[in-house]
Amino acid sequence: MKKHIISIISFTIISLTCLSQPGADEILKKVEKNMSSDNRVFESVMTIHGNRTSRTITSRTWSVGDKRSFTEYLSPAREQGTKMLKLENQLWIYSPSTDRTIQISGHMLRQSVMGSDLSYEDMMDDRKLTDVYTSVVSGEEVIDSRRSYILDLTAKVTDAAYHSRKMWIDSERFVPLREELFAKSGQLLKRTNLSDVKQIEGRWFPETVIYKDILKQGGGTEFKITSIKFNQKIPEYIFTKAALKQ
Amino acid sequence: MKLAIRLAYRNLIGAGLRTWLNVIVLSFSFVIIIFMKGVMIGWDNQAKTDMTNYEIGGGQYWYKTYDPFDPFSLTESHAPIPEEFKEEIASGEMEPFLIVPGTIYPQGRLQSIVIKGINPRQTLFLLPSHKLDTITEAIPAIIGSLMAKTIKASAGDQLTIRWRDVNGTFDAGDIVITEIFSTNVPAVESGQIYVPLEKLQSMMMMPGEATIMTFRDSEKNRPAVDGWTVKNKAELTASVDKMIKTKSAGQTILYAILLLLAMLAIFDTQVLSIFRRQKEIGTYIALGYTRQQVVGLFTVEGTMHAVLAALLSAAYGLPFLAWMAKNGWTMPIDTSEFGMAIAQTLYPIYSIGLIISTVLILTTVTAIVSYWPSRRIAKMNPTDALRGKLQ
Repeated sequence: MKKHIISIISFTIISLTCLSQPGADEILKKVEKNMSSDNRVFESVMTIHGNRTSRTITSRTWSVGDKRSFTEYLSPAREQGTKMLKLENQLWIYSPSTDRTIQISGHMLRQSVMGSDLSYEDMMDDRKLTDVYTSVVSGEEVIDSRRSYILDLTAKVTDAAYHSRKMWIDSERFVPLREELFAKSGQLLKRTNLSDVKQIEGRWFPETVIYKDILKQGGGTEFKITSIKFNQKIPEYIFTKAALKQ
Repeated sequence: MKLAIRLAYRNLIGAGLRTWLNVIVLSFSFVIIIFMKGVMIGWDNQAKTDMTNYEIGGGQYWYKTYDPFDPFSLTESHAPIPEEFKEEIASGEMEPFLIVPGTIYPQGRLQSIVIKGINPRQTLFLLPSHKLDTITEAIPAIIGSLMAKTIKASAGDQLTIRWRDVNGTFDAGDIVITEIFSTNVPAVESGQIYVPLEKLQSMMMMPGEATIMTFRDSEKNRPAVDGWTVKNKAELTASVDKMIKTKSAGQTILYAILLLLAMLAIFDTQVLSIFRRQKEIGTYIALGYTRQQVVGLFTVEGTMHAVLAALLSAAYGLPFLAWMAKNGWTMPIDTSEFGMAIAQTLYPIYSIGLIISTVLILTTVTAIVSYWPSRRIAKMNPTDALRGKLQ
């Protein structure tokens, strides 16, 4: 009898725990709600830590959803005036030194952005995670003293760039704190650490992201948002090729 | 004519050191020109032989989108091996290659590479592909010495490579260098690794697919195959021909300088002879020689410099050229990073045609240069010449 009571209590506790923990898709939807917005305007500092030196690039970006964005590089002098326009799956770059606009397409998308650990393709990937991956909650872990869910994502489509991902999601704020990208063989390729999570306009948002190509030496690429505004009125002409030369 | 030759020979020998200085300078031109041209022919021969042995075989079929000079074309350049080729492949007369882009991480550095899938049992090339026929946990790979130098790798080293499969999904794995080979063809070494064909096909999810097909027999008539372009040896070695042509054009300047120096000496000698031997010229005319016969005499005398130079060249040049043909000419600078098929030591090849044409050209030029100042004789007054009056 005693054994039965212990079993019933244990089952009840486990069931309650399971019920209190949201499902992986639900977690991803909450993350998406937190991280995405109708539009945003932000200024950022990107520091590329190489083997010997570091380079810092500042930029201002206007974006609408995940499909349209316009970035203007503000410094250093060598990059100043360079502009990048993304419309759906097309990308153009304007270089003031040559006064030319070139379209980055096909295999050129696999090149690094300004020598960073990010490729143009990484920036272009605007599909929802729930559309590309099946996900399961595989555990919990404390990251930077925040309790987080561990999500294992496995590609359900054949053309996903990364076969699997692992994400650590803050269990209260529903903000990703870490992400690891894996090759088909299971080899870890890239790691992203997100920090400086702040409440901005009613949502939790990480202001610092460090991208690291694991196979490569160097300190990775630090992407820090210095100011961000959500749901602004962005004029339509910003997202035109004509705006690149202005 | 016989008399003219005898007279010319006697006069030249009589002139002593002046004649021999001219002959020595001219003989240098003979030997250097034949040697340099021999080096060019040797390079052409070596480059094409090495390319045949390591890169192009008897010719190739390229998949229609394949462009070796555009790495971005590689991702799309693959297709199932056509049925027409399967018989030749089975008999070892044709070898398929799958060529895909990838990335290697030597010592934590990132370097773009081309990954080539090769049949480990192939006999068409001198590449040590049999070293890929081994069982290891990592993917067996062979690389060229130039590549090994670039990525600072040795045989037995393990390195990580990354690639994207046919769907664009990233994959990564370790390779183990089973052999480092050495060639004179940088096009098969630089920025590339060789792995077993079937392994690469499985890594890329491209079973039974290839990018290029190399065949052994260059003489066989090759039919057009849908989606594949046939490239014969002449097309594939056109870059070597262009290179040799450019280099030969550059060398022509050197030949011109050498010839100019030799011809200047002969021209001066001729002018001096005519000036100093006016009395002799007058005597010839008084004895019944026509002006043209006297001009001919002096022209033969000048041209004989070239004949003596050819004989002198044969005396010291033949042993020298034969020794160079045997031991080769080792270039003082490292040629491995020239980016073209060139050996560190070049073995000159001299043909009979090369020697005869060089001798004929130099003799003709010498004859023209000898005739040029001799024309003055025709304008001379024979009476004054006989008197020894300077004209």
